Amino acid sequence: MIRFSESHEYVRVEGDFGFIGISDYAQKQLGNVVYVDMPEVGDELEKGEDFGAIESVKAASDLISPVSGEVVEINEALEENPRLVNQDAMANWIVKVKLADMSELDDLMNQDDYESFCKNG
Amino acid sequence: MEENKKTCLHSCHVAQGALMSPFGGFDMPIQYRGIVEEHNAVRNECGVFDVSHMGEVMVTGDDATRFVNYIFSNDVDAAQPGQCLYGMMLHGDGGVVDDLLVYKFNENKYLLVINASNIAKDEAWITERMNDDNPDTPGKPFRVDVEMLSEVTAELAIQGPTAEKVVEEVLGIGCSDLTFYTFKETKFSGHDVLISRTGYTGEDGFEVYGGDADIVEMWRLLMESKRCEPCGLGCRDTLRFEVGLPLYGDELADSITPVEACLTMFVKLDKAPFMGRDAVAAQKAAGAPRKLVGLELADRAIPRHGYEVLDEADEVVGYVTTGYHSISTDKSVAMALVDTRCAAMGTPLKVRIRKKTFPCTVVGKKFYKKSYKK
Repeated sequence: MIRFSESHEYVRVEGDFGFIGISDYAQKQLGNVVYVDMPEVGDELEKGEDFGAIESVKAASDLISPVSGEVVEINEALEENPRLVNQDAMANWIVKVKLADMSELDDLMNQDDYESFCKNG
Repeated sequence: MEENKKTCLHSCHVAQGALMSPFGGFDMPIQYRGIVEEHNAVRNECGVFDVSHMGEVMVTGDDATRFVNYIFSNDVDAAQPGQCLYGMMLHGDGGVVDDLLVYKFNENKYLLVINASNIAKDEAWITERMNDDNPDTPGKPFRVDVEMLSEVTAELAIQGPTAEKVVEEVLGIGCSDLTFYTFKETKFSGHDVLISRTGYTGEDGFEVYGGDADIVEMWRLLMESKRCEPCGLGCRDTLRFEVGLPLYGDELADSITPVEACLTMFVKLDKAPFMGRDAVAAQKAAGAPRKLVGLELADRAIPRHGYEVLDEADEVVGYVTTGYHSISTDKSVAMALVDTRCAAMGTPLKVRIRKKTFPCTVVGKKFYKKSYKK
């Protein structure tokens, strides 16, 4: 299952865990990603709060967590090669969290709703 | 809210799929293919920028040389006709009204090229100065005419190592005779245009001024030739930043002096009296409280405009004016305005980036070597 937020983050749910990244639409808007500022393992993410930033050449954009939960893993490959986000945003998640409240997923958009959300700007 | 102005190339940018954004009161292209691709095209081959948003002011009359020398920090009296000069207009307290290029046609005719974001302010300031006494003839104003030409002047910047060939072969404008920072009046499609060997990228290149129809036709020819990458203002900023060129609003402001910005080589204190002279002379003698420096980070994190700079004791000592992960050098670097006590090369400092601080070192402001053709 995959869900999207209005600020263009996704969470892919596998069991009790969520993989959070930015959508393909978002990476296209950003252009060349040059740095991903990630939290640390053990940090508690709060739904709707920023947990880091993703930087293109031009500007820094906050990363807003679509769900609450504890960070159990960060995608270390992005430290060396942040452009992986441009190559495949959906495969290159940023953090893996232990989901604190599954009901938070209900507020998010499914793939179809998110696509029409992007189309309507 | 007032709507942003459009340059004569606006519909071309939109039709070619550029990402548009407001800049200096205009709706301008930020990028076409991408900032990195466009940046590298200018460093390695050739790129073209629509810079029609820039402002133009023509000063003519018997006192034109004296007037321009009164409002401008560099010395136009010493310049030859056909020469361009970089410098600043200064407030009485030494703060920078704007930085600009002055084109000297002859002793009685000068073109001032000013920043888009400052057009209204500069026009008002220059008009006020016309009422000042001519220091050479106390009690009498300057005998000059000042014409605001921004609305009727369009401009392209064609920049990069192959720019000369592109301008000559694609536009049919001879330019190999121009040396760095010189210009000439010439014809394009039978109309008057002005071309100078100047730019804002650290590469060889040209800036061409003309009427809307001619500039649009030049753009069309350049696109058709496929020898020139269409570039947005995004890479214009990364290019000028890497070679340490200031941008008004970042490194320069009403509250920043040329001494602080390390631009005193463009302020000729020994010429006849001019606006801001005494303030700059006094600060130069006494020492400025803060200085513009370069910073280099060990980490990939990117210092952005406005971020705090701290000393090793975590005291705030300044702020970042511009910062990028430099495209040409693959390093996170910045220009920053810091307390003079922290401005020496090699001083260890820190930058606060969101919730963390990152160590950095004071370095020179030129992160990439200019390759002008002199």
